[in-house]
Amino acid sequence: MHRVELREARNEAALGIEMGSTGAEVPVLLVRDLLVEFGTGDGRLRAVRGVDLDVRRGELVALLGESGSGKSVTARAVMGLTEPGQTVEATEMRLSGTDLLTSTERARRALRGRRMSLVMQDALSALNPVLSIGDQLGELFRVHERSSRRVARRRAAEMLSLVGISDPGRRVDQYPHQFSGGMRQRILIAMAIALEPDLLIADEPTTALDVTVQAQILELLDRLREQLGMGVLLITHDLGVVSEVADRLFVMYAGRIVETGAAAEVLDHPRHPYTRALLRSVPQAGDLGRDLLTIPGSPPSPAQVPAGCSFHPRCTLAVDRCLSERPLLELVEVGRGAACHRSEELSDAAAI
Amino acid sequence: MPQRSEVVLRATELSRTFRVGSRFSPSKVSAVDGVSIELSAGQSLGIVGETGCGKSTLARMLVGLERPDGGTLTYRGEDVTAGRRADRRLLRQGVQMIFQDPYTSLDPRMTVLDLVAEPLAAARSMNAARRRDRVAELLDLVGLSTEMMSRYPHQFSGGQRQRIGIARALALDPQVLICDEPVSALDVSVQAQVINLLRDLQHRLGVALLFISHDLSVVRHVADRVAVMYLGRLAEVGPVALIFDEPRHPYTQALLSASPSVGSEARGRLGRRLVLTGEPPSPVNPPPGCRFHERCAMAEDRCAAEVPRLRTVDGDVVGADVSAGRLSACHFAEQVVVRS
Repeated sequence: MHRVELREARNEAALGIEMGSTGAEVPVLLVRDLLVEFGTGDGRLRAVRGVDLDVRRGELVALLGESGSGKSVTARAVMGLTEPGQTVEATEMRLSGTDLLTSTERARRALRGRRMSLVMQDALSALNPVLSIGDQLGELFRVHERSSRRVARRRAAEMLSLVGISDPGRRVDQYPHQFSGGMRQRILIAMAIALEPDLLIADEPTTALDVTVQAQILELLDRLREQLGMGVLLITHDLGVVSEVADRLFVMYAGRIVETGAAAEVLDHPRHPYTRALLRSVPQAGDLGRDLLTIPGSPPSPAQVPAGCSFHPRCTLAVDRCLSERPLLELVEVGRGAACHRSEELSDAAAI
Repeated sequence: MPQRSEVVLRATELSRTFRVGSRFSPSKVSAVDGVSIELSAGQSLGIVGETGCGKSTLARMLVGLERPDGGTLTYRGEDVTAGRRADRRLLRQGVQMIFQDPYTSLDPRMTVLDLVAEPLAAARSMNAARRRDRVAELLDLVGLSTEMMSRYPHQFSGGQRQRIGIARALALDPQVLICDEPVSALDVSVQAQVINLLRDLQHRLGVALLFISHDLSVVRHVADRVAVMYLGRLAEVGPVALIFDEPRHPYTQALLSASPSVGSEARGRLGRRLVLTGEPPSPVNPPPGCRFHERCAMAEDRCAAEVPRLRTVDGDVVGADVSAGRLSACHFAEQVVVRS
């Protein structure tokens, strides 16, 4: 508890880590004050502004946000996949103890695939159409572990069966177009977990998939993190997906974390008006025949983020203070953080 | 304006087959096979199903963008299946489509005024000044300010663009709106605005909505009746509450159990879902008999041999009008147990 107080004093609290009894354990991913900027013709565009994140071993953490909230940019910054003209700054960025900020590009390259990996959304364009699945999966073993061709092929087949693709011995020699969308996504996951990384970042892994296939992929992610003890950072805009699998949840809006905490807590008792409005705007069985609650306006573009609290133009609870003073992400309960001047009122008044 | 409950659009045994492959190895894709649906004025029909089940092909046939190669399509009693010039004209005035992607379905070089007035100009129904008034009226109807008339699509957000698309579809006062995934390209916080607007239009103008979506919770919210499609055929059709609460087709059941819901009690629900074995088969050379039988836990020999017809389910309360109730295309619909 001593550490909790310390952090509280820091105000931009690192909220997740002190939650359980795992005080001594080094988190798989620790990010403090991440800042990502893009250079554009007329000035800098800040896509991510001061994000703190942490993911522990075997934990599935969801990063929830809409388009333009900076969630994918955060993922790519953690992976070290930056584009020309993009700057990434942070006070701290560690992968199970390895300092990512001071690592050379070469060292980070060695980490990717081996200790951290990324599953992308679009499985068809992420796979090379002219190489067999076995070649693409086996490349990981050949490059990182210097395996022979034969061993690489055998291990590729093992990975395919791990992600639930039947007849791996035959399918390992097939090409991407011979697989269905859900299978391709599973192949991408197989590639991402092949070297048993500490951290798996899944960027909207199920968005393009049908619900029955989505259920399979979510189940697979859930099973693998238990089997392999990976930390999973799941990036999504889908509240249903979050409800289904997330242990902990970070809600992002306009480049900042606005709410964090145990997923069940956040979903049942949101302490930020954005989270609450989002939850109320999705159709649920109880709302039949009624109009859905709407959030006026649309999410701001990173180029024009409102002053004060970024959510104030769309917020039903906004007061004068919200226009001028940006609320900091503060500890509202143990393990719960919210960046809202009025989050106290949200806790007791459920029906504002 | 037609009376409520008048059937405005009726499709009977509609089918569409595409030829694919090279000349040396031709094959046929049976995209839609014998689908019959009815749309009544002021009613909304949801269509759900997975990728490749034919829901978009069905929508395109209903608006006349695709010509069926079997079955009939009637609009307010007139047979328009043949797609003659007069048929197309009738369909265009009565049935309009709202597209999925508001970013690519609007011409970036046209102003909002031009975009929304284009159907009016094409129908040569009014002069320029009257069209302008009508556009103002339409923008007001969909909740956009009339001052935005001279702006271009790129100046609008996704939700606003979808409103422009809806205004354009409403320009000719259609009786039917076909909405193909109208909210899936929008941000979650904006979806509710468009859903509410569509429901409001349905009630205020009495238009019939055909609402296609892969998001079952959205369909449940919007639709009065829902049709579940699987590989080009209807698996089940009926009132939305009945289908969602007491599905009588194994596929409907599996689909519902795999769809995530929001809230902490949803956690781990997918673990208890009905698991479908195998991948969705492709509509190229679909399986014989019941097209679902290869993935169905209840399948028996009969399912591989005999195509199940849509029929009423014993135990349902059947009213005077059979078509208003629920129909299921499963030989063993009575045995499909309702799971919690």
